[in-house]
Amino acid sequence: MKLTRKLWIGIAALMVLSPLGVILPDYFKAESAWGEWGLDQIQKMTGYVPQGFQRLSELWKAPLPDYAFQGWEGKDLFHLSFAYIISAFVGIAIIAGVALLLGKVLVKEHE
Amino acid sequence: MHIPDGYLSPATCGVFGAVMIPIWTVASKAVKKTLSVKQVPYLAIGAAFSFVIMMFNVPIPGGSTGHAVGGVLVAVLIGPWAACIAVTVALVIQALLFGDGGITAIGANCFNMAFVLPFVGYYVYRLICSDSPAGSNRRVIAAGAGAYVGICVAALCTGVEFGLQPLLYHTANGQALYCPYSLNVAVPAMLVSHFLVFGWVEVIVTALVVKYLQKQDAVFFKGGRF
Repeated sequence: MKLTRKLWIGIAALMVLSPLGVILPDYFKAESAWGEWGLDQIQKMTGYVPQGFQRLSELWKAPLPDYAFQGWEGKDLFHLSFAYIISAFVGIAIIAGVALLLGKVLVKEHE
Repeated sequence: MHIPDGYLSPATCGVFGAVMIPIWTVASKAVKKTLSVKQVPYLAIGAAFSFVIMMFNVPIPGGSTGHAVGGVLVAVLIGPWAACIAVTVALVIQALLFGDGGITAIGANCFNMAFVLPFVGYYVYRLICSDSPAGSNRRVIAAGAGAYVGICVAALCTGVEFGLQPLLYHTANGQALYCPYSLNVAVPAMLVSHFLVFGWVEVIVTALVVKYLQKQDAVFFKGGRF
């Protein structure tokens, strides 16, 4: 089998296993990453909402926020795991497509 | 390590955007010059790998979470400029599609994870492996060491970017306008967690894949185009 194919299979395996990235933090009661808190958490920790923060943090509404579907905050782990795999699939497909396209545009056959 | 929108002032975001534009330009030219058509699929595999490995949030029990980036691995395999492009693609899609990292912070996040991380890691790797055989264990150790130093220096940069905000931008009564945590909090928080936990996750991921690829095709470790 070609090596590139083996590596794509490896990435597909990681995609299927990706829900570990939500299940393990939940199991070990770990919080979000340092410095990646939302507005509410910042307010809870510091007692105020930084003025500039509020304005900027509402700039962009991601279509799949936090690798889940919109309105899925607080769903159970089973649903979140499902959304996570879908997100991984969509992300990998788009990223691989964009990178391939960039590579094709940039790299021409060398003499 | 993905700085969200709101933590960095617009000026800070502008500075990092301005810093990244020439880096991306040079990266495109370098990739054009150094990558072969045969290596292009590995650019895509590298970008996809970096994206999916970042989804594996590793918990510190009762503490925070973090993840590997895979950028040093990609740099070892197809060069640091190609790694810069690959990780940039992953970071931009993460910000746009998944809200992981802010769109205003794309410049800063790319500086940390797509520039500092692969380059520091790559040169540590080169320094340690020097001209050891492509299949040697020294290569595995060198890649692991590069991974560790690369992600820790990237974490330091992130901590400094966070920590400068309250010093530079605050109201008259001392309330922060953006990130509220100063250098003395942000730098240790970023550094210690990467020193102790997430740095090792990057080491394990990098070393395992390097070891596997040495057996599959040592061409990755012979240097230059293939």
